[in-house]
Amino acid sequence: MTDKNNLIVYCELEDGRIADVSLELLTKGRVLANSLGVKLEALVVGDKLACIEDQIFPYGADTVYKVEDARLYPYTSNPHAAVLINLFREIEPQIALMGATCIGRDLGPRVSSCLHSGLTADCTSLEIGDHTDPKTGKQYTDLLYQIRPAFGGNIVATIVNPECRPQMATVREGVMKKEIFDPAHKGTVVNLDPAKYVSDADFVVEIIDRHIEKSKVNIKGASIIVAGGYGVGSKENFDLLFELADVLGAEVGASRAAVDAGFIEHERQIGQTGVTVRPKLYIACGISGQIQHIAGMQESSMIISINSDPDAPINTIADYVITGNMEDIVPKLIKYYKKNSK
Amino acid sequence: MSLNIVVLAKQVPDTRNVGKDAMKEDGTINRAALPAIFNPEDLNALEQALRIKDANPGSTVTMLTMGLPRASEVIREAIYRGADTGIVLTDRVLGGADTLATSYSLAQAVKKIGHYDIILGGRQAIDGDTAQVGPQIAEKLGIPQVTYAEDILEVADGHIIVKRRLEHGVETVKAPLPCVVTVNGSAAECRPRNAQRVMKYKRAVSPSEKALLPAEAQAIVDAREYLQLKEWGAAFVEADPNQIGMAGSPTKVKAIENVVFTAKESRRIDNDDAQLEQLIVELIANHTIG
Repeated sequence: MTDKNNLIVYCELEDGRIADVSLELLTKGRVLANSLGVKLEALVVGDKLACIEDQIFPYGADTVYKVEDARLYPYTSNPHAAVLINLFREIEPQIALMGATCIGRDLGPRVSSCLHSGLTADCTSLEIGDHTDPKTGKQYTDLLYQIRPAFGGNIVATIVNPECRPQMATVREGVMKKEIFDPAHKGTVVNLDPAKYVSDADFVVEIIDRHIEKSKVNIKGASIIVAGGYGVGSKENFDLLFELADVLGAEVGASRAAVDAGFIEHERQIGQTGVTVRPKLYIACGISGQIQHIAGMQESSMIISINSDPDAPINTIADYVITGNMEDIVPKLIKYYKKNSK
Repeated sequence: MSLNIVVLAKQVPDTRNVGKDAMKEDGTINRAALPAIFNPEDLNALEQALRIKDANPGSTVTMLTMGLPRASEVIREAIYRGADTGIVLTDRVLGGADTLATSYSLAQAVKKIGHYDIILGGRQAIDGDTAQVGPQIAEKLGIPQVTYAEDILEVADGHIIVKRRLEHGVETVKAPLPCVVTVNGSAAECRPRNAQRVMKYKRAVSPSEKALLPAEAQAIVDAREYLQLKEWGAAFVEADPNQIGMAGSPTKVKAIENVVFTAKESRRIDNDDAQLEQLIVELIANHTIG
C-alpha cells in the first residue's frame, strides 16, 4: 500500500524571519515530496504572520498552515506541541521534519511521545526507500530513511519507522542545502483557528526574560576557516588562530574537544554536534580528526592540516599536511602571507 | 520547603575518546574497548539537584538509571557526591529500546517513585546525542519541560525559575512544579566525591550485586538500609509489554555502517621556512587566499 499523505515541515521563526534551517528542510522536503508524489506542506506557529508565506512559497511549499496568536511567540514547549499534535491528528502527514535546534529538539520529542511516532534526531541525510522487516518479512515501500551518525560519529545508522506516522526527523542547520525552488511558486494558505489547536491550559511556562543576539560568528558562511582542536593546547594559543584568521579574512572554528576543554565557545564548534561547513579553504590546527569532526568539514574544497602528529587521522583527507607545532607554524604563515600578499 | 528531586542518569560508553580498537573489523562497536562512564551532562544535572537540596533542607535526591545491572556504578558515584539513594531500572525485556520506549519505561519508574517535584537530567547522552528522553518523559507524565537549562535561579512556592542557554542567547523561564528540567554541559560542574560519603557508601550494592557477595558481607548490607540500592524490573513498574524494549520502539535500525572517509593524496610540507612560504605563494597565486 502506498502512502499518499503529505510531508510537512515545521517552520521556525526568528524575529519575523523563517529560520534558515527550515528553508533548508523545505528544499529537501520538496525533493522528497516529489519522489513520493505528495504535497509539501509547511506549518508556521507564532505571532504577526501576515505575508510569512512569501518567505516559504519560493522553496516549493504547496500549502502553508498558519496558527497565529500573540502568546505563540516566542516559542514555548506545550503550546507549540499542542498545535502540532492536534494538527497532525487531523491531516495525518506521513513525514514531519523540523530543525535540530533548541526549538526543534524541545518540540519534536514531546510531539512524538504523544503521537507514539518515531523520531530520529540530527539526521545528516534523508532518503526514500523500501524496507523488509527482517523478522516478519513484511515489506514496506517508500519509507523515509533517516540517516544519522551514532556513537560519537563512529558509525552511521539508517533508521526507519515502518508502522508509526508521522515519520519524524530533525536535521541540524547547514546540513542540507537551501535552494530556491521557483521564485514565482505559489501555493495555498490555510489560516487555522488557534483556539481549536491550543488551550489556555497549555500556556504553563512563562518567559520572564529573553536576550537573543544575532550571532556574531558566521562560520557557516565563511569562505575560509581556521579551526583549532585540542592540540592547540590553550585559550591563549587560540589567539594565534584569530590572528591568522584576521589576516586571511577567515572565521575561527573549533573541534568538540577544544570546546569541551574550554578553549573556545560552543558557537564555533564544527562537526556533527556543531555546524557543518563547506568553505573554500579549511585550515585545521591541532585537530586529530575524530570522525564526528570530519563529517562536519570534509566537503571543504581545500584542507590544510597542521599537526605535530604526522599520522593524525585528519591528514588522510587533507590536501596539504604540515607536520610540526602549530605555535611555530601559524606565526610563520602569518608572516609569509603579509610578505607576499598585496 | 523540602522537595523530592529525581535525577535521571545514564551509564554510557565514552564515545568522546574512541581509540583505534573501538571498532571491530566488521564495523560494529567493540563495547569492551570503551570505558563506561557517567554521562557528562547528567553530572551537571546532579549538581543542580544537590544545590536545590542544599538550599532546601530536608529535600531528597533520588537517582534513577535504566541499563544493565552494572549501571549501579552510576548510582554509587552520585551518592558519593551527595545523592541520597538510587534505583536501577534493569530488565532484559527493556533492552533494544529506542528513545520513546526508554522514556516510557523511565516514566513508569518515576510514577512508581510516586512523589516528585523536580525531575532533572542531562540535556542528552553522549552515546546517542538525541536529547529526546527528557521531553518525552515530561509528556508521558503530563508535566511541563524546561530544556537547555544552564542555571536554576529559584525554586519556591510551587514554581521553578530557570535560565536556559539557547543557540544565540539566554532565556529565563518560570515553570510550575512538578516539571522536567534538562541541563546543559555549560551549567556548573558537579562537585567531587565527598571522602566521608565514599567511606560510608562504598559497600552500597544492588540486590544482584549483593547476591555475589560472601555471606558476611551480605549480612552487613542487610543490617544497613542505606547500603541497599534498589533494582526494579519492568513488571514492578507496571510497564505495558507492548510499550517497552524493541516491541515498544517505533524506530528500527535498518542498517549500520562504519564511517569511512575517502583518503586524498596529500602533499607533505615540513616545518621549514622555504616550504611554508612556497605554500602561501601558491595559495595566493591560485586565489584560495588573498
